[in-house]
Amino acid sequence: MSDLNTGMVEKYRNNFLKEVEANVEEGDWVKMCMQCGVCSGSCPLGTDWDHPPQELFMMIRAGKREEVLQSTSMWMCTSCYNCIVRCPRELPITHIMHGLAHYATRLGIEPKGQPTRQFAQLFWDNLAKNGRVNELWLGVNLYFMNGLVEGVKVALGMAGIGLGMLKAGRLSLKELVGGHTVKDKKGFKAMIKKAQELEAARVDNAQ
Amino acid sequence: MATKEYSFYPGCSSQDGASSSNYLKSVQSMCDVLDVKLNVIPDWNCCSASIGYCGGGELPRLALSARNIALSEQHNTGQDIVATCAACWLATKETQERLDDDAGLMDETNQALAEAGLNLKNDSKIRHMVEVLIEDIGYEEMGKHVKKPLDGIKIAGYVGCQTNRPFGIEGESFENPKYLDKFIETMGAEPVENYDKKVSCCGGALAFSEPEKSQALIKDIIEAAYDGGADMIVTPCPVCQMNVEVYQDKINAQYGTKFHIPVTYYSTLMSVAYGKNGKEAGLDGQIIKAKQLEAIASK
Amino acid sequence: MADEMKIGAYICNGCGIGERLDSSQLEMTATRDGKAAVCQQHDFLCSEAGVKMIQDDIDNEGVNHVVLAACSRRAKTEAFNFDNVTLSRANLREGVIWVRPDEDDQRETTQEMADDYIRMACAESKYMKIPEASGQQSVNKNILIAGGGVAGMTAALEASKAGYPCTIVEKSGELGGATAKLYKKIPTSAPYADPEDNGVDAMVAAVEADSNITVCLNSTLTNTAGAPGRFAADISTESGSTETKDFGAIVQASGFTEYDANQLPEFAYGKNKDVVTQMELEALAKEADGGAIKRPSDGKEVQSVLFIQCAGQRSKKEGHLEHCSGYCCSASIKQAMYFKDQNADVDTTVLFSDLRTPGAGGENFYRSGQKKGVIFTKGIASEVVDGANPTVKFKDLILDEDVDLEVDMVVLATGMVPNAGQPSRAELTDQDNEDIAAEKAGEEKEIRIDVESILNLDYRQGKDVPHMDNGFADSHFICFPYETQRTGIYTAGPVRRPMDTQQAMDDAMGAAMKAIAAAENAGLGKAAHPRVADLSFPTFRAEGCTQCKRCTVECPFGAINETDDGYPEFNESRCRRCGTCMGACPVRVISFENYSIDTVGQQLKAVDIPDEFDEKPRILVLACENDAYPALDMAAQNKLEYSAFTRIIPVRCLGSVSLSWITDSMNSGYDGIILMGCPSGDDYQCHFVKGSLMAQERMSKVGDTLESLSLEKERVQTYEISITDIHKVPKIINEMVDTIEQIGMSPFKF
Repeated sequence: MSDLNTGMVEKYRNNFLKEVEANVEEGDWVKMCMQCGVCSGSCPLGTDWDHPPQELFMMIRAGKREEVLQSTSMWMCTSCYNCIVRCPRELPITHIMHGLAHYATRLGIEPKGQPTRQFAQLFWDNLAKNGRVNELWLGVNLYFMNGLVEGVKVALGMAGIGLGMLKAGRLSLKELVGGHTVKDKKGFKAMIKKAQELEAARVDNAQ
Repeated sequence: MATKEYSFYPGCSSQDGASSSNYLKSVQSMCDVLDVKLNVIPDWNCCSASIGYCGGGELPRLALSARNIALSEQHNTGQDIVATCAACWLATKETQERLDDDAGLMDETNQALAEAGLNLKNDSKIRHMVEVLIEDIGYEEMGKHVKKPLDGIKIAGYVGCQTNRPFGIEGESFENPKYLDKFIETMGAEPVENYDKKVSCCGGALAFSEPEKSQALIKDIIEAAYDGGADMIVTPCPVCQMNVEVYQDKINAQYGTKFHIPVTYYSTLMSVAYGKNGKEAGLDGQIIKAKQLEAIASK
Repeated sequence: MADEMKIGAYICNGCGIGERLDSSQLEMTATRDGKAAVCQQHDFLCSEAGVKMIQDDIDNEGVNHVVLAACSRRAKTEAFNFDNVTLSRANLREGVIWVRPDEDDQRETTQEMADDYIRMACAESKYMKIPEASGQQSVNKNILIAGGGVAGMTAALEASKAGYPCTIVEKSGELGGATAKLYKKIPTSAPYADPEDNGVDAMVAAVEADSNITVCLNSTLTNTAGAPGRFAADISTESGSTETKDFGAIVQASGFTEYDANQLPEFAYGKNKDVVTQMELEALAKEADGGAIKRPSDGKEVQSVLFIQCAGQRSKKEGHLEHCSGYCCSASIKQAMYFKDQNADVDTTVLFSDLRTPGAGGENFYRSGQKKGVIFTKGIASEVVDGANPTVKFKDLILDEDVDLEVDMVVLATGMVPNAGQPSRAELTDQDNEDIAAEKAGEEKEIRIDVESILNLDYRQGKDVPHMDNGFADSHFICFPYETQRTGIYTAGPVRRPMDTQQAMDDAMGAAMKAIAAAENAGLGKAAHPRVADLSFPTFRAEGCTQCKRCTVECPFGAINETDDGYPEFNESRCRRCGTCMGACPVRVISFENYSIDTVGQQLKAVDIPDEFDEKPRILVLACENDAYPALDMAAQNKLEYSAFTRIIPVRCLGSVSLSWITDSMNSGYDGIILMGCPSGDDYQCHFVKGSLMAQERMSKVGDTLESLSLEKERVQTYEISITDIHKVPKIINEMVDTIEQIGMSPFKF
């Protein structure tokens, strides 16, 4: 467990709802859920969630901290926003799911092997490097994220698709070296760094 | 009519050699006909879509879109920002809304932007290309430019998620938006009535990380199009287009289906109907060839 | 002039009637068969000119019985409003031309239909009298209000404002009722975010300052006799003195009693002092008065509290309340706020199975509770384990797990039991009735009804107003709020249905208005809802009466007492004019001036019955004027066709249908009879509560009569029709025609 995580446990004791309200993106909406379950019923991958959103909200209120933060559930969100537009209480559910996933990651207790968690991290790293996404490297990294042997298998499985994209001019080997990037890479990186520092300071203050 | 100018945010997938480069191609052809000038935001960056949340916290993610808006304000002053990608539009619009609501976040965002020598006023209008077509051009004007009506093609208008939710298009419902069907009609083709999966999710970014689950969703989207008698599918979203088009072989192998249905953008349709050739309409970017459109384009 | 009957028939040719029907033929029917002394046609009868034509005949020609052959009696009632004449209407538009196709081969039967309706209207007219008020009483503006809670006080203040003196009879020693016991009440105005002052002090002050309101504390009603307009109430004080006062109408706002939590041993009530009811928590909150609430057992400041919703209610378990009391979810939110507003760190959990916060601000108040950090957990409590701190065992229905939660205090939301008094005679069990009979016979018998009466009505049907579901006193929860089954007595507040303070106050305003209307109408001899302002009232021929008492038993409104020698005694102002007594009377001695055995019986006899070989059957439809007749009219508006062999007569209520009409029509050669009344049973729609039920019971015996005439029982059918059954009514009629085709024409045609 990270120091930050230990600190948060210490600070909020058993009031996980308060911890979520203070530290999770849009977390102060959690208490407003009225348990109707429309979100769970509207989710395209609803049946794949160990705990659908409605249940996660109830677990937060019931103080089930580890169960929530270590859950793979919120990593199942496809960001389709169906729950948001249908929620009668207008909770920004999609954002809360992203917020919970990010908070778990920040605390270092997220389910590390979860494929979407891995892909989401790759995506961020990819864009943070050059300011723009390099789809080729994103794909390559994705296929090899579980090691070389597994990667070759996956890559071979996807080869047909890659080839099709290449032929259609929608994937470029040029991206292997160089590729797209923002020009003001220095300014871009400084901006991200500053934003990360400001946010970290906020969370540290909360701690 | 005078040329309409917009500040354009093309997004990563529209870049040369990227997955929706053909979308950009057709948008340019379409805008050419409609006398719309797109001024690309200089040095724009990725919006982090809706999958950047693992590594990126709230503020860094907001800073990404804030930088684009600030650059637009600086270089394309006074112009509405237009995106063609659903995720780009959504992330940018969301950023604008969130910063508008929260003075603290706005202040922190500007502190971060200052590191890149930028400042955000946050007063640009953030719009999707579809909104420009509906609100600034209008169906009537869109129809006037049709040179080759797409007669005899039946098309499932697949709106998908993020062009539709949470913001959607003014005056349309979340559960059954009609504009894409109207586009199809305006171009002389026939929309599939009551297309069951019109606003269903294709899995989005999870097509990469959860391929089986996503392909099950995609299968239903294609199946419903076939059920409605569709010859092809049309969409306003790059992720929708890619997911629904490229996995058909894998789905066929998994489910024993025989899917082979072209998936294009609304702008592809419009370019063809406006008399552009296949290359200009981005038809060469199709992995599953849109043969009916090709035939019309080459006439 | 008024003594000599003179029928004037007026035929309208508008709305297509003139094109579809032969009006000179109609005119001939009216004068020759209907014996109309005057008959005129008009192209637009409901126009100013048309109405003037009729009025001129009334003024100058001595016409005192008007027959209109035009549209339905439900249409153009404002135009066709004539004083001092009887009015009959032949429904040629909705009843004839709109339900028949405009085709040449249909012209003959369509014309026959119209001719018959004119004969029927003229026959009815002949037997109608112009109703006059009985002059039984004058207006008494005094309103009696039973109960001095917020509902009673609101009724008094509102009635007083309107100029009606009120007397509040309150059993306890002070005004304010249950609301006075609340620390605060559920908010009544936007933004509905925080509990509000209970407002009782100001209301009591207003009542005391109002010279139009008399307050009798420590008092009960020991006898209430009479009828609307002339109630005589004995108001008795605790000390034993009694005063009799006269009233025009009564509002009963006797409130509720909190459900007895001793019946919930599973929640350790009575065993653990820190398990309290909502009302008990109010007392604790009053004591704390904004400070920390201390628990009863050891005076510890409460740090955690759990509210068990639906404790002993919404449950079919023996001794539990079946109903939802409606106010307790909001009350628990309010009470959780007592804790949260004082100290946000107190853990407050509301354990609910369905959270219901009715009323305009209910949802806002719920959200406000959530914003303040009240935790709402969907679950069902099974047990409270006694201990230094009570432990609540519950099943979390969202997380699907069993939870034990130890808290400082538990509050039970137990719900409302109405103070509705004793059950009416009809609601008594057989045992109760035996006991009463035994007591009357002079035996020493303990009556088991241990509920105190509120009104002590001197009615043969029982001491209090009849109860509906779950013991609440109302007559129909949806259609006629405040109307009890006793005319001139209106209930308001939780005695009528479960509700909170604000709803009880709104309710009281409505009941006060009804009471005022009842007092005024009674003074003029006019009926209350639903035959508002009807002046006719039932009378009987004593020489024919067999003292069978069926009328007194079957009257849904307790309007008929018995004289010492066993004759019915009509209390006209209690009467709603439904005619159930008329339908009940086996010797046909009860009638109204404008509605009697003859007004209907002569109509059905006036119909021309073609002989057996004409292949033209006749179907008689007796349709309730409240729902079935409007449904038939609407079917006509929708141009839904039904058979031209149909002849429809509207009746006030199916309860008023006399069996003699059935036998008479069978004897006259009708082939089929259809009765259409309102739905009966638990969710009855009958405007007179049980008229349609009585009719069904009576009709169940018609089979024997038919058999004695060697007729098939299919010839008489009774249907329950709602006002929305527009598509059903023509189908029913046409099915009867098919049935007749199968079983053959009636052999009784002469």
